[in-house]
Amino acid sequence: MHMNWFKFSSPATFYPLAGKLVPWFFWLATLLALVGLYVSFALAPTDFQQGEAYRIIFVHVPAAWMSMFIYVVMAGWAAMGLALNARLSAMMAQALAPTGAMFTLLALVTGSLWGKPMWGTWWVWDARLTSELILLFLYLGFMALQSSIDDPRRADRAGALLALVGVVNVPIIYFSVKWWNTLHQGSTINMGVAPKMAATMLLGMLLMALAFWMYSIAVSLLRVRCIMLERERSSDWVKALTAKGAK
Amino acid sequence: MQWASWSFFFNMGGYAFYVWFSFGLTALCVLWEVYALRKRSRDALHLATLLAQD
Repeated sequence: MHMNWFKFSSPATFYPLAGKLVPWFFWLATLLALVGLYVSFALAPTDFQQGEAYRIIFVHVPAAWMSMFIYVVMAGWAAMGLALNARLSAMMAQALAPTGAMFTLLALVTGSLWGKPMWGTWWVWDARLTSELILLFLYLGFMALQSSIDDPRRADRAGALLALVGVVNVPIIYFSVKWWNTLHQGSTINMGVAPKMAATMLLGMLLMALAFWMYSIAVSLLRVRCIMLERERSSDWVKALTAKGAK
Repeated sequence: MQWASWSFFFNMGGYAFYVWFSFGLTALCVLWEVYALRKRSRDALHLATLLAQD
């Protein structure tokens, strides 16, 4: 009843907790990725229209999902940091940005590698691709803004405002294939293939998405630990931590 | 199993470049990110330890 959740909002208690969680999420991610790759390459059948090229879907769609999902989570942490003036929330937002940017870049590049053989072009300025590119710029802008302001609390507030304004782009990406006439295909879930074939394809995609999700949790916990140490290196809890010779 | 032999598997129905580039790049990014973060962790802890000794 009297569990104090605010206890975990202090870096001193969150630092060791995050350290304990990281290996579990890494193992979960590895296991899911191994099973996911097996399903994607050994069980999922050849697509009747796209041949084997469609297998790019097993990295492309999970990366694209994560790019949008991480942005929403990042904006949520940023908003919480802004509203409650909580520095750990702001650090969580900061820790998510590089991984979100990485998945956005991967979604764009793997999409390009899929577009070339299927559409005959690496890139086209259609709504889906353009809004995903804007997402990459939002991530990079957030990171650049944060690192350009010396006072970390001011940097947090400025970053949070940018992250919150940029969140309108996420539904635009998601619904772009419905709202505009795009070259990009519609949602993957209702692909026009026989249900039995779609089942293994869908399973592979979901497993890979889960693997990316667990991976994102692991690396952002790892990164938030670095940020905590870097930003609070002269605080008492960091001194106590290093005095114990902790890792 | 979808493949008659390993060479069919590696060939990816003629789309080997596109498929393996996608998966290879993803793997590289992931490995690089984990490596960079481990290094950043070590450096941050090292610097904090040095500062604490002053």
